[in-house]
Amino acid sequence: MIRVEHISKAFNGEQILSDISITYERGKTNLIIGASGSGKSVLTKCTVGLIKPDEGKVFFDDREFTALDNKSRQEIRTEIGMLFQGNALFDSLTIEQNVMFPLQMHTDMKSDEILERVNFCLERVQLTGVNQKYPAEISGGMQKRVALARAISMKPKYLFCDEPNSGLDPQTSIVIDQLISEITKEYDMTTIIVTHDMNSVMEIGDKVIFIHKGQKWWEGNSDSILSTTNKELSDFVFASSVMKRLVDKK
Amino acid sequence: MNLLSHVGKFSMLIARTFSKPEKMKIFWRQLMFEIDSLGIGSLGIITIISFFMGAVITIQTSSNIDSAFIPAYTVGFTVRQSMILEFAPTIIALILAGKVGSNIASEIGTMRVSEQIDALEIMGINSASYLILPKITAAVLINPFLVIISMFIGMAGGYIVAWGTGIVTTAEYLYGLEYDFKVFGVYYAIVKTVFFAFIITAIPSYYGYYTKGGSLAVGVSSTKAVVTSSIVILLVNYVLTQLLLI
Repeated sequence: MIRVEHISKAFNGEQILSDISITYERGKTNLIIGASGSGKSVLTKCTVGLIKPDEGKVFFDDREFTALDNKSRQEIRTEIGMLFQGNALFDSLTIEQNVMFPLQMHTDMKSDEILERVNFCLERVQLTGVNQKYPAEISGGMQKRVALARAISMKPKYLFCDEPNSGLDPQTSIVIDQLISEITKEYDMTTIIVTHDMNSVMEIGDKVIFIHKGQKWWEGNSDSILSTTNKELSDFVFASSVMKRLVDKK
Repeated sequence: MNLLSHVGKFSMLIARTFSKPEKMKIFWRQLMFEIDSLGIGSLGIITIISFFMGAVITIQTSSNIDSAFIPAYTVGFTVRQSMILEFAPTIIALILAGKVGSNIASEIGTMRVSEQIDALEIMGINSASYLILPKITAAVLINPFLVIISMFIGMAGGYIVAWGTGIVTTAEYLYGLEYDFKVFGVYYAIVKTVFFAFIITAIPSYYGYYTKGGSLAVGVSSTKAVVTSSIVILLVNYVLTQLLLI
């Protein structure tokens, strides 16, 4: 479980996040949705400590992350996996080396054990035969899977995904969503996904948080989102005519 | 951003950089890679530049000596002194500030804008230490060797010109190279080189590490890194010369 309490953040006098408190539940996919510039990514970066919030606290299973020194934070971070919007794979390393990187840095596993774990993670994300290729030599969808394999290689307790479907075709998006959802249940992780994709919300959103103008505007699950009376959320969800038609059919 | 702010941020980055590597085996591998990339990879350009520096100093010194009271071996002496005291350590450092500095700033800058540095941090890795420490260590270890090689090649360049053109006999040139040789000059050059090696890796790393934006920002960081490193090299050169030679 991850808890953020009263998080606020401003950049150059402009308030980006205002007094946000959320509890992300364990074993569930917690989705953060909102328009571009609403503060979703800043909230995620504040949660993992990449950006220091001006106010507020972050707890990882009752460990107050925001009060820890750098070294203790680094220890908690070994329990975090993150899938970045642009994948953030290391260009100079092969796929295999990318996935084994956290294992080499943080474990004393032998090289054959590491290789076994790498192959397991790559197979888990349905990728085989690409171990010796470089990130630039594979497709965007495959890169996402490699990034996911790297994120789960250390069997993390917490998984953060920043726009996991950006730049992917609808079919590949569904595959990535399903993988994240399955892995969350399998490892009993606390998963936080920042997304715009309403398809992801409807498919895998165990808990949905809507951020609007830097504030937590709405919280619920994917079923209740379609019957919402919240105007801003309704405007966001039904901006796509496909969603409108879906509700009309229902 | 004002100068003090830059100095503060730079100092904090360097403090983070000089922490114990998480895995010595990985650090060692990175160090070997950087020695090859920053050091061995610069041998070609150093050879060419040093050879022609020595050759040109020989021709210029020879053509400017028209007094019968100045012995011909002054040519060799001048080449040696110029190469050891100034040309090898300082000019090579300035060349490397361009070649190595832009490479480091753009490499780390690209990693910053493509979130690779964030990925390292999220994995619980001290990204400053992982990325920058091997570069600084490699340069500090390998650059003195590069500078010594540069000294020899510069003097050899002068010898070949003397032999090829006959503007000074090779015997007089060699006598000049040996004349009144003080080993302190080499120590002085190596001390300068160690400082310059730190500058040409740490400053570009700083600009790369704090790159904000996209590919355009990487280019800007790279340019700033080269300009700042060059200016700092010249300033430090002056200070060290004042401290060590006077």
